[in-house]
Amino acid sequence: MNFDILGSLPLIVIWLALGVVGIIIQAFVRSDSTRLVYGYYIGTLVTTGLLAAATISNQGTAFGGMVTLGGWAAVFDLLFCGAGVMAMLAAQAYLGRFNSELDEFYTMLVSSVAGMMLMAHARNLVVLFVGIELMSISFYIMAGFFRSRDKSLESAMKYFLLGAFATGFLVYGMALLYGATGTLDYSVMLKVIAAGTARFPVLLALGAVLLTIGLSFKIAAFPFHQWAPDVYEGAPTVVTAFMSTAGKAAAFSAFLAVFGVIMPMVKVASMTPTLQLVLAVISAATMLIGNITAVAQTNVKRMLAYSSVAHAGYMLMGIVAGTTFGQSAVVYYAFAYTFMQLGAFIIVGLLEREDETSLMISDYSGLYRKHGVFAAMMAVFMFSLAGIPPFAGFFGKYMLFYAAIESGFTWLTIVAVASSVISVWFYLGLIVKMYFSEPNPETHEANAGLAGISLAVCTVAVILLGIMPRIITGMLGN
Amino acid sequence: MLGAYVPLIVMILIGVIFGVSNIVLAEWLGPRRSTRAKLSTYESGMEPVKSARERFTVKFYLVAMMFILFDIEIIFMYPWAVQFRELGMYGFTAMILFMVLLFAGYLYVVKKGALKWD
Repeated sequence: MNFDILGSLPLIVIWLALGVVGIIIQAFVRSDSTRLVYGYYIGTLVTTGLLAAATISNQGTAFGGMVTLGGWAAVFDLLFCGAGVMAMLAAQAYLGRFNSELDEFYTMLVSSVAGMMLMAHARNLVVLFVGIELMSISFYIMAGFFRSRDKSLESAMKYFLLGAFATGFLVYGMALLYGATGTLDYSVMLKVIAAGTARFPVLLALGAVLLTIGLSFKIAAFPFHQWAPDVYEGAPTVVTAFMSTAGKAAAFSAFLAVFGVIMPMVKVASMTPTLQLVLAVISAATMLIGNITAVAQTNVKRMLAYSSVAHAGYMLMGIVAGTTFGQSAVVYYAFAYTFMQLGAFIIVGLLEREDETSLMISDYSGLYRKHGVFAAMMAVFMFSLAGIPPFAGFFGKYMLFYAAIESGFTWLTIVAVASSVISVWFYLGLIVKMYFSEPNPETHEANAGLAGISLAVCTVAVILLGIMPRIITGMLGN
Repeated sequence: MLGAYVPLIVMILIGVIFGVSNIVLAEWLGPRRSTRAKLSTYESGMEPVKSARERFTVKFYLVAMMFILFDIEIIFMYPWAVQFRELGMYGFTAMILFMVLLFAGYLYVVKKGALKWD
């Protein structure tokens, strides 16, 4: 057994750092000295991210073809590790304010990153499943991390029950695909499907549909989005920030790889409506429902949760297109979306009070007087989320729309443009609230601390990606 | 292709008929003479003391979870031990890695006092 040891380093490093060294450090360190564990895990994520960046051009497979190395998977690793570091920087002060800072939080965060990396690297359905479960179980625990707050517990419980249910669909889909093609390996499965030698075409179609349902749940696409607002609202804000961005990006990395395999089926088993059309309808419905419901929200966390549903709809357009350009559009949008949504949630977390107040949109009125920098950063994120140039969100949408038109889905693009216009209402509504209304006398002091680093990175990234989109798309050197 | 499954279907049918008919016949033909002992929770077992619905301490669950983990370790080790020569150095390294991971977790559990019983 020989494999590319250099290319698999990001995976090996994070697994050993988490599963062996990290656990042993925590076993022997006193339980009140979180600083060491905190620093250690930030170091782990930074090292893994650097290794991933170094191995992007080192494409290949390892572990008997079960994982892919380099390429998009490494680019996604970079995203997960970056988002993990930013979430951890914001988490320390936030958890400290709520008296809930424990070593275990950071362990869970890094283990979810390990799960995401496995999802992006998976070239075998079982590996994908292990990755999804590792990520999801870490999220369930993190969502319920405020053990004495009812909302946090409710969010963890809902997420766990619905997540377990969705996992059932996912596994059933994998089992049916295995039954139809006789393999769990992506590349072999692709060959079988493309050659049309799969037995039981009905099982194949059913498996593909169930797998789509399972993954749609993870990205919170309509009609499997109902959990998202409740979970995102109840979970600690830093957790929401992390799972609504990196978690979603991870699900999309899996979506990209899996759909590269089951998409050709559309041509083979000439079934109407084809999978591509079904996905296009899901995408259109997701962005419409997400944006229209977001208009009616009064809670900022809920509003951002519905907006994250809508953004899942936009990203699905790239997968519907199914072209290489569509894929790179999804990857680019995943980066842009992560930075803007993470930044927005971190600001929400900073302004949130210990008694779960200051989360209403009305609490943000006149924010610029007291927190000029936060208001300005929030405005940048909102403009970017709304898709206004020159920010990253604009180029992300441009690429996605272009990909959809290129593969003949003009109607989908029209729906997307319409729903973007709807979204401007509530994104700009928040900006208007922050800048053009009387200051809220109850706005309290907020100290950014380490979270300021994350915010600065997010702001710079949102602007830089908007001006130079080739930073992401050029990473593979083509 | 499905012809191979006919015996299986026949067997399932026989099983269902056998089970259902026995229950129905027992219900139908059997005499019913209930006594106090017969109606108690364990007919020839312990005397029931109180309701079984009460809260258990979390320690039971922790021990049970640890037990399952090490149970699974053993389940993995048996087939590996049988195939030890064929798997060679690769299998050996993989198993050592697996055990190191598990041992690190065990160390954590012990150090955090999850198995303390008082």
